[in-house]
Amino acid sequence: MEFFSPVEYEILLLSLRVAFWGVICSLPFAILVALLLARCSFPGKFILNTIVHLPLVVPPVVIGYLLLLVFGNNGVLGPWLFEVFQISIAFTWKGAALAASVMAFPLMVRAIRLSLDLLDVELEEAAATLGAGPFKKFISVTLPLILPGIIVGTLLGFARSLGEFGATITFVSNIPGETQTLPLAMFKYIQTPGGDFQALRLMTLSVILAVGALIISELVERKLKARNL
Amino acid sequence: MLSVEIKKALETLTLDVKFEVNAGTVTALFGKSGAGKTTTVHSIAGLIKPDDGEITLNNKVLFNHNLRTNLPVYRRKIGFVFQGARLFPHMTVNKNLLFGLPRPNKIHKKITLDMVTKLLDLSSLLDRRPQTLSGGERQRVSIGRALLSQPELLLMDEPLSSIDLHLRAEILPFIQKIVAEVQIPVIYVTHSIEEAIYLADNMVLISEGQILQEGSVEAVMNRLDLYPVTGRYDSGTVISAQFLNYDKDFDIGELKFPGGLLKVPGLNGKIGDNFRAHVKARDVSVSLKKPKDVSILNLFNGKIIDIRIDNSPQVDILIDIGIPLIARITRKSLSELQLTKGTKLFTMVKAVAIDKKSIGHIQNSVT
Repeated sequence: MEFFSPVEYEILLLSLRVAFWGVICSLPFAILVALLLARCSFPGKFILNTIVHLPLVVPPVVIGYLLLLVFGNNGVLGPWLFEVFQISIAFTWKGAALAASVMAFPLMVRAIRLSLDLLDVELEEAAATLGAGPFKKFISVTLPLILPGIIVGTLLGFARSLGEFGATITFVSNIPGETQTLPLAMFKYIQTPGGDFQALRLMTLSVILAVGALIISELVERKLKARNL
Repeated sequence: MLSVEIKKALETLTLDVKFEVNAGTVTALFGKSGAGKTTTVHSIAGLIKPDDGEITLNNKVLFNHNLRTNLPVYRRKIGFVFQGARLFPHMTVNKNLLFGLPRPNKIHKKITLDMVTKLLDLSSLLDRRPQTLSGGERQRVSIGRALLSQPELLLMDEPLSSIDLHLRAEILPFIQKIVAEVQIPVIYVTHSIEEAIYLADNMVLISEGQILQEGSVEAVMNRLDLYPVTGRYDSGTVISAQFLNYDKDFDIGELKFPGGLLKVPGLNGKIGDNFRAHVKARDVSVSLKKPKDVSILNLFNGKIIDIRIDNSPQVDILIDIGIPLIARITRKSLSELQLTKGTKLFTMVKAVAIDKKSIGHIQNSVT
């Protein structure tokens, strides 16, 4: 007997795909924004900081609604995206990934920014005196030294994405096989009379995934710390 | 050649310095902490932007306020050895050393990995991580790393200050070898007179952001009025001398200088070698009559040319023994012996007071 039913398998795969792409696509931006916030001073920094942290403080349903207003089929950018790139985001798994990445973004930025703040600027100075321009300095000194922060941020973001509910259901609804990730499927089963056992099974799966991500993050962090200290 | 003329307003003082450093010479930037030494070298390297002035290296303008020129750090070709070694923790020693090495076909390499490894005795450290090295080893790697970037100028900002006192003596000879080998101008920031005498040809004395005196190490060190800056305890005379003879039976070297012979225990060298000896003022005593039956080996005839009295119980007197020599005696002795300008006397320097630490072997002939 198989461990997962085909439906559960589908839910799991979809959740992983949504979380994976959500995190991968927002990672470069998270690094960039973390660099801007940690290293640069510019007018509007406070506003950028606020916008980045918005998903942490406003109800997820607000974020979902905002996404709908912008990327929905009748939204600001939605029709344009469809016309130019033949991409439709609303009510697809891509939309779920977008919602997940927006919600995970502040967590990733915070983790990366923290490691940037802890990074010894003197090492970057030393690299510059050795003839390393901004690009070489970043690739060979900054990036390797903030790698623990990036990995921790990524895994945190991944775990957050797996659990995303409010923004997702508002933006892309709850469509089996397309946007129905683990929490959404659980929600459906809880709403359905007699669905308790299914909900319980999915809950266990969720917990295992989340704990797994945390354990991996912890292990990676330890290993990197041992290497760099 | 490096030429510096900069102004920079800091929190506690205004830095305003102007000096030049020639190729193949070591200039000690000397002064108390907080005098503006580090700001000066950071400005030269481009880590700090001065408010005004100009910095040129080998006729290339690195910084000019009026022309709005400010070459970024990584284009200045200046090697920097920091107080803490600042090695990259995620790289082995080998990778650290090679970090600044220009790509093979790009620039003709004057300084090679082999050369640096040999010069700084690094071959056994190459595969290790910086975290596993001692302070002295780290600093040696850091010096090697700076040299391998093929710099046109080497700045060393108190490279030995974070190292145990007894280890410093181990590293100084390495630095000295490098200076002799690599013919580029070197600026060595320090507040240790010993290090300055050991390594430097010239000295720029900085106090509260201003240059008080610059010139050869001998000329700067022998000024009575600079004591407040050079520090009273360490002050004394720097004597340039040539090696003359080695007394094998007693292990004593004899150095010839304009005032006669200076005997230094445990010193050996080749005849004609140039040495610089630091004779601390407190190790010099005076006598009106020629002393008999004393253990002092170094005895010189002299005449007082200057006396400096302040509120302390000690006074410094400058005696002409062929060169100016500073002696520190008590105010009581000064009064009892009735010493004044012009008094003729005998000057005694205890030979054991001049140890290896206060002797510098000058490798490149200074003209």
